[in-house]
Amino acid sequence: MTHTRVLRLVGTGAAALALVAACGTPPPKEGAASGTPAATAKSAAEFGGLDELVEAAKAEGRLNVIALPPDWANYGAIISAFEAKYGIEVDSAQPDASSQDEINAAKQLKGGDRAPDVFDLGLNVALANTDVFAPYRVETWADIPDELKEPSGLHYGDYGGFMSIGYDASKVPAPTSVKDLLKPEYQGKVALNGDPTQAGAAFSGVVMASLGNGGSADDIAPGVEFFAQLKAAGNFLPVDPSPATIESGQTPVVIDWDYTNAAQTAKLAGKVDWKVVVPRDAQVGAYYNQAVNKDAPHPAAARLWQEFLYSDEGQNLYLEGLSRPVRMDAMEKAGTLDAAAAAKLPDTGGEQVFLTQEQSDKAKQVLSASWARAVG
Amino acid sequence: MVAPVTTAAGKGPSPGPCRRRTDSGPSRARWTAWLVVAPFLAYVGTFLLYPTALVLAGAFQDGDGAFTPANLAELTRGVHLQAFLRSIELSALTALLGAVFGALLSWAVATGRPEGALRRVVIAGAGVLAQFGGVPLAFAFLATVGFQGFVTTFLRDAFGVDLFATGAWLFELPGLTLVYTFFQIPLMVIVFLPALDGLRPQWREAVDSLGGSSWTYWRHVGGPILLPAFLGSLLLLFANAFSAYATAAALVSQGSPIVPLQIRGALTGEVLLGQENLGKALGFGMIVVVTVAMGLYALLQRRFTRWQ
Repeated sequence: MTHTRVLRLVGTGAAALALVAACGTPPPKEGAASGTPAATAKSAAEFGGLDELVEAAKAEGRLNVIALPPDWANYGAIISAFEAKYGIEVDSAQPDASSQDEINAAKQLKGGDRAPDVFDLGLNVALANTDVFAPYRVETWADIPDELKEPSGLHYGDYGGFMSIGYDASKVPAPTSVKDLLKPEYQGKVALNGDPTQAGAAFSGVVMASLGNGGSADDIAPGVEFFAQLKAAGNFLPVDPSPATIESGQTPVVIDWDYTNAAQTAKLAGKVDWKVVVPRDAQVGAYYNQAVNKDAPHPAAARLWQEFLYSDEGQNLYLEGLSRPVRMDAMEKAGTLDAAAAAKLPDTGGEQVFLTQEQSDKAKQVLSASWARAVG
Repeated sequence: MVAPVTTAAGKGPSPGPCRRRTDSGPSRARWTAWLVVAPFLAYVGTFLLYPTALVLAGAFQDGDGAFTPANLAELTRGVHLQAFLRSIELSALTALLGAVFGALLSWAVATGRPEGALRRVVIAGAGVLAQFGGVPLAFAFLATVGFQGFVTTFLRDAFGVDLFATGAWLFELPGLTLVYTFFQIPLMVIVFLPALDGLRPQWREAVDSLGGSSWTYWRHVGGPILLPAFLGSLLLLFANAFSAYATAAALVSQGSPIVPLQIRGALTGEVLLGQENLGKALGFGMIVVVTVAMGLYALLQRRFTRWQ
């Protein structure tokens, strides 16, 4: 009994292998026949147009993505929409991994069928790993603001947001500034999404705290000092917030991107009265970046994914997840922006700060030297 | 978990009888012996020696693969040095707590009836709880004495006692000490009980019949016999706590107070980049500390077996 089952398994495996061997080879050849090999195409035009790209991608039939949480910037819906539209199966690995994990996975799985095809990265990680990317310019390239794209198309902003304070309105009063969090009403209630020496969101949280306490993008020491005070006051919670900790009431105040906080509002509607505020005196923004793996096992699908993300449809899906799509201004002018979704974004106005690379590097040095002491 | 150190791995076939056989005899026996250990060697090579070699090599390289002592030099400074000191402190403290309470528990078991319920329950419980670590253990503590844990809420609602009045201790070193001790005590029972069982009643009777008191017995017989076993267990517990990662990773998200958490930060952090080799240097430092502990353990073990 067991014997035959094993034999049958081996047989099926061998047959499957043979099938893969038989069917797996043609697509790259076809891709090559249609002009440019998919792996080096720098635009849809090099395929002979978007339709040709769609065909090549469909022939590959699969797309490997990594580190895309379904409740982050609406990625769950984006993946489903892409699958439905092109009939390409999306394999989403390690949804909770960090940007650096994405690069590590690409290096470790290089040459294999399971390596990630595309990346969604924090700017730090993107700038440090350009040797892993293939340049590719989407058809809507011109709409992306110059400061948010690498000129040859190695990486470019996809969606962004502002640092915000999410809070359970039934448990705490509405904060209007960062300093409010030092009040006794917030005792044992304020959580930061991650360790700022490791997680990009938490890093920006410290920058926000700095702006709200007399610091600047050039000087984040007041931000570190703020968290030290927060801890001394007994208000700082060293718990990693998640939808579960928010729902169970363990983390009534969470410092995180406005789109992740806003996603909680929608998700927990009826259970927790979760509200989001971007402090007026401390608006820190940042964009994530999209890039194609130069060793992508599905190079055409990887490029089609980019085209989809930067199409009106993809950008509006980001917006529905309450993140700010990079083509937002251009789409607003062209009238293709989903106005109802845009109206739901947390209110921002006043001075907005985006860190430059030098400011960011300087801030990192400060953090690595002082963070552990501040909260330890 | 640290596997107990195994001593001499058998003496192999004695040369005498082999000589009388044909020449192919000993070589075939040797080949068979190699064949039998080959899977083990392959396993150890793949999952222990190779990763260790990678860590050792990486610890002395910079981002481009060139030799540099900078990573190790980094360990002697600031947060990294503190993390080592804290890790050693945490491991030593929980090893001591585990050893003392575990030894007392073992003693209670050893003096009880050999087939008694106490013994069976404690041995079964220790076997299970010594392996109860990582995320499940952290979760168990969060569910009981976390911010919304049922013990916390019960104490708050019924008696107005706030467990977290002094701060978020469960998510810091005091919390780690408590949680680590939870798996150290049962491990102590497992490794120390055999030594207590090895005390022969006749020795006690001999002391009694020669007019010695209970104190004389422990001072001159029981104590000296048990001491090496106790110290050896202490070192084992130390290494066990020092190498623990998952429990701490699940509980502590801020500040990376101990070395395993700093390694996590160096390898997966997306803010401070290019620290992979620093992570390997931290790993190298851990190997050194554990090697020292296990070396002392081996020395004690040798002394202990001489007493038997």
